[in-house]
Amino acid sequence: MISTSLLTEFKNLLGKDNVLDSESDRHAYSYDAAVLDAVIPELVLRPTNSEQLGKTVALCNENNLPMTVRGAGTNLSGGTIPTKEHGVVILTNGLNKILEINEQDLYAVVQPGVVTAKFAAEVAKRGLFYPPDPGSQAVSTLGGNVSENAGGLRGLKYGVTKDYVMGVNFWNVEGEYIKSGGKTVKCVSGFNLSQLMVASEGTLGVFDEIILKLVPPPVASKAMLAEFNDINKASETVAAIIANKIVPCTLELLDNATINYVEDYTKAGLPTDAAAILLIEVDGGHMALVEDDAEKVLEICKKNGARRVQMAKDAAEKNKLWEARRNALPALARARPTTVLEDATVPRSQVPAMIKAINDVAAKYKLQIGTFGHAGDGNLHPTILTDKRDKEEFHRVEQAVDEIFDVALKLGGTLSGEHGIGTAKSKWLEKETTKATIIYSRKLKKAVDPNYLLNPGKIIGG
Amino acid sequence: MTQDVHQLAKMLQELDDQMVTCMKCGMCQAVCPIFAETMSEGDVARGKIALLENLSHEMIKDPQGVQDKLNKCLLCGSCAANCPSGVKVLDIFLKARVIVNTYMGLSATKKAIFQGLLTKPALFNSVLDVASKFQGAFTKEANEIIGSSCSRLNMPVIGERHFMPLAKKSLRKLEPARNTLPGKSGYRVAFFPGCVIDKIYPHVGQTVLKVLTHHEVGIYMPAGQACCGIPALASGDKDSFDKLVKRNLEIFEKENFDYLLTACATCTATMHELWPLMSGDKTQSMRDRIAALSAKVMDINQFLVDVLKVAHPVEGHGTKVTYHDPCHLKKSLKVSEQPRALLKTNPNVEFVEMAEPDRCCGSGGSFNLQHYELSKEIGTRKRDNIVASGASVVTTGCPACMMQISDMLSQHQDRIAVKHVIEVYAETL
Repeated sequence: MISTSLLTEFKNLLGKDNVLDSESDRHAYSYDAAVLDAVIPELVLRPTNSEQLGKTVALCNENNLPMTVRGAGTNLSGGTIPTKEHGVVILTNGLNKILEINEQDLYAVVQPGVVTAKFAAEVAKRGLFYPPDPGSQAVSTLGGNVSENAGGLRGLKYGVTKDYVMGVNFWNVEGEYIKSGGKTVKCVSGFNLSQLMVASEGTLGVFDEIILKLVPPPVASKAMLAEFNDINKASETVAAIIANKIVPCTLELLDNATINYVEDYTKAGLPTDAAAILLIEVDGGHMALVEDDAEKVLEICKKNGARRVQMAKDAAEKNKLWEARRNALPALARARPTTVLEDATVPRSQVPAMIKAINDVAAKYKLQIGTFGHAGDGNLHPTILTDKRDKEEFHRVEQAVDEIFDVALKLGGTLSGEHGIGTAKSKWLEKETTKATIIYSRKLKKAVDPNYLLNPGKIIGG
Repeated sequence: MTQDVHQLAKMLQELDDQMVTCMKCGMCQAVCPIFAETMSEGDVARGKIALLENLSHEMIKDPQGVQDKLNKCLLCGSCAANCPSGVKVLDIFLKARVIVNTYMGLSATKKAIFQGLLTKPALFNSVLDVASKFQGAFTKEANEIIGSSCSRLNMPVIGERHFMPLAKKSLRKLEPARNTLPGKSGYRVAFFPGCVIDKIYPHVGQTVLKVLTHHEVGIYMPAGQACCGIPALASGDKDSFDKLVKRNLEIFEKENFDYLLTACATCTATMHELWPLMSGDKTQSMRDRIAALSAKVMDINQFLVDVLKVAHPVEGHGTKVTYHDPCHLKKSLKVSEQPRALLKTNPNVEFVEMAEPDRCCGSGGSFNLQHYELSKEIGTRKRDNIVASGASVVTTGCPACMMQISDMLSQHQDRIAVKHVIEVYAETL
């Protein structure tokens, strides 16, 4: 139990309104977007400046309180769900300032609670570009994105969050300020702690400032939709495009089940009899070059068995094409009460095998699964449509998920392309890596957080 | 008490099928006006649904805490409009408010207002008629362009608000009733002014009658209409809501007409959507009667543009006019182009779009009374957007929004008039 005197200390430090201790408030921080059981935090703390954040961490450490740091709570693997009794949630949404956007040196310094889409928009106003675009960007925070190494639709050409992290300053568990990386493109001083912090899911420190790389934006783009009678042909097309040395910014695949759910929902005129569709966008710094690439992609699609390719003539047509992709999750989510969105990821050459395996799993466990995702980087989202209240069916869902991950690993893939490990996938991590890897990671964790107070139970258990 | 909480939990489980569709993605955070101010998870739809679920599974022992969070909502519907899973958030919240607020008991004030006054329209009208005569003793003019007042004395109910005074003569007194046959238009409509137009903006009601008459539309405006019921329903008083629906049903069923029009977005959404939604506990015949009448309910802008097709855009010059989308009109009824089309028919008007035109103004009916500071913060953002648009007139389609916007502009001493769209359109006739 948190003592009255400690509660007063937190209130003195953060202000009464930034210490939430009512039962209803605490329950509102016991979940995230993962379908997992929760432990209710004992306190929710919201620092609003760097000094308060450091002192909050130190105070929690002195009092042996487990800490789960939370941005918008959108992650899909349980990263922001407390796992220990008598723990606290530290909110970062009070630390939401963009501290600097440097147009000369192409970087920005942000606090962790800045919302991704707002940051991207601010950067765009200055003629610059921050490419990572997770599906939750309208609400997700940059701190959360770095913690989870969030991806998005542009991963194929532009990479994911880690590719834009130049530096991270954070508080260690004792409340000491740690600096890593910097504002120069070349910076090799010391351990690369910044990249260690990426995807560490709040287990190694608490972000205070993040330095992000910015790039010039593409000025031209062309999009197209290609229809296939055979999903293998669609997957082969993905590999063929890249083998032809064209890297689209986005290369998305929707399987037949997803196409039908989207069509039912939007009545947009999608080809419901197609085995798969590819949505492809190429972009660049010059329209002539982009058009040239787009024509080449169109030819590759046709050569690889596309029965029809629809090239968007203008922005309105492009937008219409993207509606199909944008509506994939909403359409699937409406089909059944519970939506389990996974992100099994395989080398792109293995996409057909992975899709076949997912369909086999769906048949074996008598489940509805729609698959869509970032085929260009092998990052698929098999989405299981279920009802978590049906215990028997949900048990089959859990078995199906196990099997999907097993296949992904057998195909040389990974448990997570962009959603993190959290608690949801920690039991499989050893399978993807080695026992020694887990032991090594735990040693590292123990060295910087001996009492396992920073987001305990995540990634490596414990 | 434990037994009672068990009962409450059981009742909330009726909503389980709807609540389970929330996948807790958090996208509601992007659009919730309350969350934008408080940044607290318990104030956004996902959080409230999680709390209701936990209460229904008896994981929470504090119904009061959940009730407070549940009631801290504008019912603007922004979350539902932005929800990837299509969660029917308003359905859940309204039904949950009925369950939780009935269980917790209505406050004495709300009981007196809903059960003692609102459900007795004759008494309600008389009390406000008297109040309109004496209000001058306690209030003074605040902003002549807007026509707002503020308190002369330190009155806790009014506080710092700049409010629109009760009209000297209500619409009901100015136009007791109408019953005319269709002219050239071929249409005959019923007109439901609603409480705020009747008592505060009777000129808006008169303008509606003028416009309909101009277009030779037959009008049925019966005496004895009651409130649409939203204040009672929003507070969870289903009994009073049912009484009001029944009374209106009986009055409007007396005549035949093509549409039941209102110039109040909130009344329209309530009658069109919430009357049938909340009729599940009624007999089949009552449900059918409610469904038949609600199907005829239509917003005045929509009627003029979609049915009568009167909007012919012109290149307007002169007064800069902007438009605020009432949540009930845009997010619930999907009416947003029609009011703009009407404004653009006025040659003396240069239409300018404000930033975030569909962002809630922060009124939320009784929300404004219970959470004024929060309502004011949300309203100030709307005021800033209106001022930044450079308009000298702000229009909207909901008298409740007109009141809230008037308060915000008046407190800043802005010289910007607040009008209903129909007033600007009527200038073209």
